[in-house]
Amino acid sequence: MIPELGQFALILALAMAVIQGTLPIFGAQMGKTTWMNVARPAAFGQATFVTIALAVLTYAFVTQDFSVVYVAQNSNLLLPIPYRVSAVWGAHEGSLLLWVWILAVWTVAVALFSRSQPDGFIARVIGVMGWISVGFLLFTLLTSNPFLRHVPALPDGNDLNPLLQDPGLIIHPPMLYTGYVGFSVAFAFAIAALLEGRVDSRWVRWSRPWTNVAWAFLTIGIALGSWWAYYELGWGGWWFWDPVENASFMPWLAGTALIHSQAVTDKRGAFKSWTILLAISAFSLSLLGTFLVRSGVLTSVHAFASDPERGMFILGFLFVLCGGALLLYAIRAPGIATGGQFSTVSRETALLTNNLFMAGSAAMVLVGTLYPLIAEAAGWGKISVGPPYFGLMFFILMAPIILLMPYGPFTRWRSDNAGRLVRDSLPLLAVSVVAGVAPWIVWQDLSIRGVLGLAGGIWVMAMTIKYLLHVNRSAKSRWLGMPRLSRAALGMLLAHLGVGVFLIGVTMVETRGIEKDVAMKPGESFEANGYDFQFLGVNRVDGPNYQADQGVFSVSRGGDVIAELRPEKRGYSRGGQIMTEAAIDPGLTRDLYVSLGEPLDETGSWAVRVYFKPFIRWIWLGALMMMAGGMLAASDQRYFREAAAARKARAAAQGDGEPAAQGDEAPAAA
Amino acid sequence: MKLTLLLPLLAFVALGVLLKSGIGKDPTLVPSPLIAKPAPAFDLPLLADQEQRLTRDDLLGTRYLLNVWGSWCPACQVEHPYITELAEGGELPVYGLNWKDEAGEAKRWLDYFGNPYRANLYDPSGRTGIDFGVYGAPETFLIDADGTVLAKHVGPLDAQIFAETFAPLLTAEPES
Repeated sequence: MIPELGQFALILALAMAVIQGTLPIFGAQMGKTTWMNVARPAAFGQATFVTIALAVLTYAFVTQDFSVVYVAQNSNLLLPIPYRVSAVWGAHEGSLLLWVWILAVWTVAVALFSRSQPDGFIARVIGVMGWISVGFLLFTLLTSNPFLRHVPALPDGNDLNPLLQDPGLIIHPPMLYTGYVGFSVAFAFAIAALLEGRVDSRWVRWSRPWTNVAWAFLTIGIALGSWWAYYELGWGGWWFWDPVENASFMPWLAGTALIHSQAVTDKRGAFKSWTILLAISAFSLSLLGTFLVRSGVLTSVHAFASDPERGMFILGFLFVLCGGALLLYAIRAPGIATGGQFSTVSRETALLTNNLFMAGSAAMVLVGTLYPLIAEAAGWGKISVGPPYFGLMFFILMAPIILLMPYGPFTRWRSDNAGRLVRDSLPLLAVSVVAGVAPWIVWQDLSIRGVLGLAGGIWVMAMTIKYLLHVNRSAKSRWLGMPRLSRAALGMLLAHLGVGVFLIGVTMVETRGIEKDVAMKPGESFEANGYDFQFLGVNRVDGPNYQADQGVFSVSRGGDVIAELRPEKRGYSRGGQIMTEAAIDPGLTRDLYVSLGEPLDETGSWAVRVYFKPFIRWIWLGALMMMAGGMLAASDQRYFREAAAARKARAAAQGDGEPAAQGDEAPAAA
Repeated sequence: MKLTLLLPLLAFVALGVLLKSGIGKDPTLVPSPLIAKPAPAFDLPLLADQEQRLTRDDLLGTRYLLNVWGSWCPACQVEHPYITELAEGGELPVYGLNWKDEAGEAKRWLDYFGNPYRANLYDPSGRTGIDFGVYGAPETFLIDADGTVLAKHVGPLDAQIFAETFAPLLTAEPES
């Protein structure tokens, strides 16, 4: 009975979403306040019912209700409780429900934190988000119902894919989806502005914190996925240019461009059209990612089971939503006033350059990901492009960004002097070149990408720190003067610093990492970069739903034992899949990583992979800093101050029906 | 309306048509240009004894399976019990193409998992693999007595796939 309640709740949620997507928008277009006021209650109602559905599915998993097909397919009696909960989003149907739920939560957040904004505008925003909910609820109900029954109930379930039985995977999908779906807010703001026909910089200012938060979640979601792949897949890699990874990376690139474009539109009123187009693109790419993962058009290590019907549905939905948005853009864009003037050397230009390269990178990843489809359509046969293409293209497109990025904060709005900028940066440019070339001289075999990567990382970090000191130059203490900067500026600097940290990590891992496949007998040792890995043997251990061969390695350096590593090879009871569980001794400047291959003969000798990964933690540390930067920027006091001012003005102007005037432009950070 | 403003929409429509073309097709299906053509000529040392060589023409007159494998390839272990079963059935001789592997590792692998192969061709450089259009191990080719490639399967072989892909072709009598 209870699972049927879940399905019923989903149907009610759909009804609510239809109301949320229609009445408020018609009301706003026709000026009917009562219709517009339906927006918030409908959004709350929709969220309530989706929450009930999600709770029901979770309950079915926790209580092991194997009469529900989805539960039976993705859980079994031996599965520990935390994984029963995460199994809710372990496969297609449930993860779609999670997607819809997160969208509902974002909608509620917009409904709650938008009291300062004109009713008509916010009614349109919530209405557009309602359309998106309608699409995904229909998709769930028509093609991917998680509450389907199997009568009679099965005695035991299959199993959650062992790859997903991992703490990292409990939080990776929710974080990633929160990021993906969060771009729907910027999308809805852009569409609402187009519908209203008043594309000014006002809507951009309101959508900035939302975009920053979504971007921050997407950043951490991608980083978690990368971290998980690193320790769980046993290959020691952290990024594979797999179609599904690319699917999450494209909205990230477009979102990064969007954040920077929004800054210009907010502060200077320029690039309005471009900001709208990026807001549409970022969310469209999120939807495209959903399509690629669930339609089976591309092969990937983590594609869901392919189903043409599902593919057709998402494609149709993508077509209506994004095609409609772009058509609306084509109709309304001529009416968008062009913003303030700026000269060739100015912060506007710097941010435009960032935009072009970020958008170019997103396009590059898109072409590379879809290349098998393009090649087949063009009759070139089955061809896919691999990491060499992505690696090279990404390097070419990112090098100018890395070079120019530190100049961004230093450059003045409107117009600046190129000579001054270059002159001021010369000492640090020299330091960075030395930082790249010196390791090349010491290590001899550093590649050109290695030299440029290290130089670039140091360059970004040094210039960012210089900017901090420069801004606070008049404060009594340069370091204690930090609060002089707004949170938005501090967040930006923290994120930029994160890019530098990330770059150092990537370069060190790619150029200085050691990967060895060796055959080892118990008692034998293998030496990598001064670390001595001694193989002590293999034990048999039992987990809750698996048996494992556990290798024991003692790692020492200079005679001192520094770590004991126990990689496992697990055989899961149900389904019989074999999983490798790498053992890692993490460190800020290096990871020691061992994974167990196959037993080679009767004498106890095993194939073993030994990795030395210098600075790999910096990759995720950099991503964490970017995320924290995004969150910090979103919490800037300016947004709250302006919201409070707008609320006050609205209260004062009650009855006039005119939207309140915005507060004064906050002073720029520099 | 300025036409340039329609460009994003047009690009999106083109993308949509492209995506539509990919729906419902199996992206793992790789057509082989070798089907119904003579198998590429090979002349390779044997894994067990690299002094000895085996060529395509040595195998003329027998219909056989050529199984591409490597000790580094986890999926090859997955199909290994079935390959063994097939070979022990004795109806169809199974030859191995040890691909991009190291002889010591490969021999150890066979010692550990068992050696069902009548003989193993040793192709450490992967040259012969390229001639056969191998793009990843395991792959299995059914080659007729006159040296014609009858069928090919990419990925681990099992009873169901054998019944669907290879068995229907086996009812015809060998030509010589």
